[in-house]
This record gives sequence, structure tokens and C-alpha cells, in this order.
Amino acid sequence: MSERLVTERISPELLLTYYKKLLELRLFEVKVQELYRNGRLPGFVHLYVGEEAVAVGVCSNLETPDLVFSTHRGHGHALAKGVPTRIVLAELWGKATGSSGGRGGSMHMYAPEYGFMGTNGIVGAPIPLATGAALSAKLRKNHQVVVCFFGDGAVNSGSFHEAVNMGAVWNLPVVYVCENNLYATEMAFLRATKNTSVASRAAAYGLPGVEVDGQDVIAVHEVASQAIHRAREDGGPTLIECKTYRYVGHHEGDPGTDYRTRDEVQQWKQKDPVKIARKLLLDSGGSNESQLQAADQEVERLIDDAVEFAEKSPEPAADSVNDHVF
Amino acid sequence: MSEQGRVINYGDAGVEALRDEMRRDPSIVYIGQGIGPRGGNFRQTRGLWKEFGDDRLRDTGICELGATGVAIGAAMAGTRTVIDEVFLDFALEAITQIVQQAANISYMSNGKIKAPVVIRGAMGAVRNAGAHHSHTFYNWFANTPGLKVVLPSNPYDLKGLFKTALRDPGPVALIEHKSLYNAKCVVPEEEYLIPFGEARIVREGKDLTLVAMSRMVDLATKAAAVLEQEGVSAEVIDPRTIVPLDRQRITDSIKKTGRLVVIDESPSSCSFAAELLAIAAEDCFDELQVPPQRINSLPVPNPFSPVLENQMIPSVERIVGEVHKMMKSSRRKA
Repeated sequence: MSERLVTERISPELLLTYYKKLLELRLFEVKVQELYRNGRLPGFVHLYVGEEAVAVGVCSNLETPDLVFSTHRGHGHALAKGVPTRIVLAELWGKATGSSGGRGGSMHMYAPEYGFMGTNGIVGAPIPLATGAALSAKLRKNHQVVVCFFGDGAVNSGSFHEAVNMGAVWNLPVVYVCENNLYATEMAFLRATKNTSVASRAAAYGLPGVEVDGQDVIAVHEVASQAIHRAREDGGPTLIECKTYRYVGHHEGDPGTDYRTRDEVQQWKQKDPVKIARKLLLDSGGSNESQLQAADQEVERLIDDAVEFAEKSPEPAADSVNDHVF
Repeated sequence: MSEQGRVINYGDAGVEALRDEMRRDPSIVYIGQGIGPRGGNFRQTRGLWKEFGDDRLRDTGICELGATGVAIGAAMAGTRTVIDEVFLDFALEAITQIVQQAANISYMSNGKIKAPVVIRGAMGAVRNAGAHHSHTFYNWFANTPGLKVVLPSNPYDLKGLFKTALRDPGPVALIEHKSLYNAKCVVPEEEYLIPFGEARIVREGKDLTLVAMSRMVDLATKAAAVLEQEGVSAEVIDPRTIVPLDRQRITDSIKKTGRLVVIDESPSSCSFAAELLAIAAEDCFDELQVPPQRINSLPVPNPFSPVLENQMIPSVERIVGEVHKMMKSSRRKA
């Protein structure tokens, strides 16, 4: 990517905003990893490390009333949609101040006040839900757009087929974003399917399919911008395939090296989305080193603040266990 | 039950409830297969498409998983929906969306997101449909926290309960019985709602309590008429909703009569009948004169042969026979 192209495509101010968001997602997950390994956080976590450019590139196009449906690997989507680090981390800690008051945790985290309609413990399940939310938006004519994130693992499920087909035939304002990180848990995508181009599957449903470098936040932003605009103008859904990679195992505790080579992991780390954005800012003269250091420190403080907030937050009252079933 | 109104059938009572509520609440959207111009496989949406059109009566392809998820997602986003599985059996294609998403969403979101969706399906044996089209698994739904379960046994209750379901924060499983669609009774034209969790005393009695749901209410009532000829006074209770359950009215009756027979079209193991026997043991142990009994379908897939299916499902004769045995057994000594 040349300097000239960069300056034409995006202003330094905007790129700096993206950089800070990418770093927020990265440092948040690194902190979660540390807390989890130290036995501080209960449950199970699936970390987003390596895939940050997808969430940031897509969500930077959205307004607060727009809706995002996410996955089991969804902390990054929540943060990118604008859910504060404090209430995301408090939820991972099972605290009363968390986005679900401690009733949800990593895979059941909801913040509709920020347009975040949940992470999800069931692969594929959010695709019909997002399609339904888009039906609601279309009927209410409120120009809301719905974005649905899912992984390559979901595209071989019946949920994907049935829901994308319905979204297409009803011309709904939804953008289907596949984060193809090449592995569904441990199953390589090319072992799971004969057609490894997710974008090409769009043809089966009669909607546009686009493939994009998921490590390049500007490229993702541009592709998503077109798709979101199209959806908002009643042009119907788009399927976007973001080629990306998780540096970590499927979940914390999985080394992620039984089914992937260390070489492969290292190669992908050469295309690190945070480093790419940082280098672009420096090379294009958009920011200097001291400005970036200040940005880094700002994000670090944000994460430290979230840890302090979550740690000091109260546990849910034990006698509230029956609340909110209905 | 009201004396005022016209005699209409169960199918039309459901249509009337929907028409009333869709006129009242323009956000209601109805999703399912063949529910538009066709008016529903059981005529359960007859005439609605003509009034409300494609936007609100949304025919889908054969995709229960996708369509149910779409209905739930739309509900989460603020649009009240009905997803018609047509046959309750087909809800199995979509069970993950019903149980994992719809039923859990209020709790998982700390009450911030509701799913005002009615999951509608017709259950039970009718005209020897065979194993794939006859299931009655309302007890599975009743075992799922977060899901309300409604089992209307007659047109009057269907209209009143359906209207309540369409105003409930949801999700509600509204489970009709296929063989009741032509059942008739007096149904008022004017507005009425039947609250969830309010059992109906179908007939009063003093010697024993018969609890039955859905089509089994008719059988229990017929059995009670036979027993009356023999001098046995049976009280018949229809819970109408099994979640929430009117535990008070049921246990009051058991305490009064000292005898309980539950009639349940599902197999007995882990059934709703088993739950009612447990409740009787918990709340009415001292008042029970004889061990409570349950009459369930036999634990076999619904057979095709009329002879075999009739053998499987509870009948008036079986109910009367069980009651005879129960009445002969001596009262427990104090």
C-alpha cells in the first residue's frame, strides 16, 4: 500500500482514530488473557487478537442506533461498536456493573443501549437473529442498518444458508461479515468445505459478495462503507469475506498449534493490523512518534481504568438469581 | 365461560384473536409457511392476508430454523412477531433458536432485551398422521426457563389466551391441538383476555380431581359425565397455561377431593403429569386419600395404524377404568 494511496483514501485524523481503536481492542484482549491465566476471570474466553481490523473497519461506519450481532469471539465487536471497556470487562468478571449484570459473561454480553445485540455462544445462531432485526428495521423504515459478524465455521451451518437466503429475498438492510480466520475451532476451512471462497457463496443467494484483506483496516472500512450505504438506501444485503487470522488458540487454554504450524502463525503476525496502521501513520507523516506514544498511553490508561473499575465493582446480589427470567 | 356470543370453531377463534390484535397493534408481523394467500394449512390464518398484506403476513420457504430465528431477532429489535411452525413437530428444526436464544435472552441481557414472539404450532394425534406429525412435547418447553407455555383446549380459551400472548413480553409457546380445529363453543365477539397462570374449573366435583390439558380436557369431561351416572363426582381442571402454572387452584382441588388423576397426551416419564404428581406430593401429601395416578400416552412413537394409535393415546374408557380402580381402593387411614 503506497503512501499516496493512503493519503487519498483517509485523513490522518481518522486513521489515528482507527489506530487507537485497534490498539484498544488489542490491549483489552491481552489484558483479559493475563487476568484469565492468573485465574481472576471465571468461565471461558475466546480472544480476538489478530482480527481487530475487521471490527474496527466495519463498525467505524455505523451510528449508535445501528445494530451489531456478534459471535463467541465478540469482545472486539462490542468495543468497536462503542460499548465502554469498563462494562465489557466487568461482565467478563461476572460483576453487577457488567453489561449483563454478570448474567451473561463473554459469550452472552448485551448492550442494546449501544446498538450491541450480543455476543453468542452458538455458532451461526446470530445470522437469523440479525436478519430478523433487519426485517424489523425495514418495516419501521428507520434507516437502521444491522451488521452480523460470524466466522468461517458458521458458513457451513444451516443457519447461514437459511438466513442469508431470507435476507436476500426480502432485500433487508443487513450486512453479513464473515471473519474467515481459516479455522473453525481446530478444523481447517479447506478440510471443511470444497468451496473455500465465502464471498463466492453470495451468488447462490443473489446478493453481492466481496472479499477483502481483513488485516487492512482501511480496506475493510471502504468495503463495509459501500455495503452499509447500500443497505441503508434499501439496496439489500451484502456478504463480505474478511481474510483474517487469530494469533491465539480457539479459546484460552488451547495453544492453537496442534492444527496450525508456528510458521503460519508467524507469517500472519507479519500482517498485524495494529502495526500496519501505526506504520501507515508514521510513513505518511500523519502522526509522529511522540504523538503515537501519547495515543498508546491514552489507550493503556483506558484499559487500566477498566481493570480498576471491574475489580472494584460489586458482585451481583445472590438473591437476585431469579430476576429477569421473563 | 361466557354464555354471550356466537358458536365458532377453534380455528376461527384463533383468526379472530389475531385479527383483533393485528388491528390494535400495527407492529405485529406473522411469519410462517402457507400463512399468506393460502390462509394456513389448518385455516389458522384464513382471511388475514387479504386485510394485512405481504408485509405483515410473511410467507417463507421451508426453513423453520431461519424463519424462527428471524422472528426472534425481529422481536429482540422491537417488532412483535408470531412464528407459525404449523406442525409443532417442525419446531424441532428451530429448537436451538427457541431454547437458546428466545428463552434465554431476557435473562442473559439482564432484562434489557425482550423477545415478544409467539411460537405457534399445532400438536398431537389427528387422523393417523404418523410419527413425524403427531408429537406433543410441551413438557420440553415447560422445562425451559424463560418460555411460557399455553395449551388452549377450546375456542373460547384460544381467543382469550392468544390475545394475551400477543401482549406478553414473551416468548410464548402457543400450542394448539390439531384435532381441535373444528371444535366449537360460544365465543364472544367483544374483547376479552384470559390471564396466564389462571386454571379453569371445567366442572366442579367432590370425589376426585381430573387435571387435563388441550384435547385431553374433552376426554376428561366425557369421562366425568360417565362417572356421574355411576355416582362419582369428578372435578375437571384445565391449567390452560402450564408455565406459569396455577398451582394454587389445582392443589386446592386436590386437597378438597383427596384424589388426583392427571390425563396427559405425552409419554409419562418426565412428563407434565409427573410434575403434577410431584406437586401433589409436595403440597397435598396429608390430604391425599389414595396414591395419585397419571394416564399418559404409551411411550412409543405415534403409530400409523388407527388400531395401534388408539391403543397408544388415553381414551375415555381408560380414564373411567383407572378411576374405577382408584375409587375401589380404600381411603388412607389417618
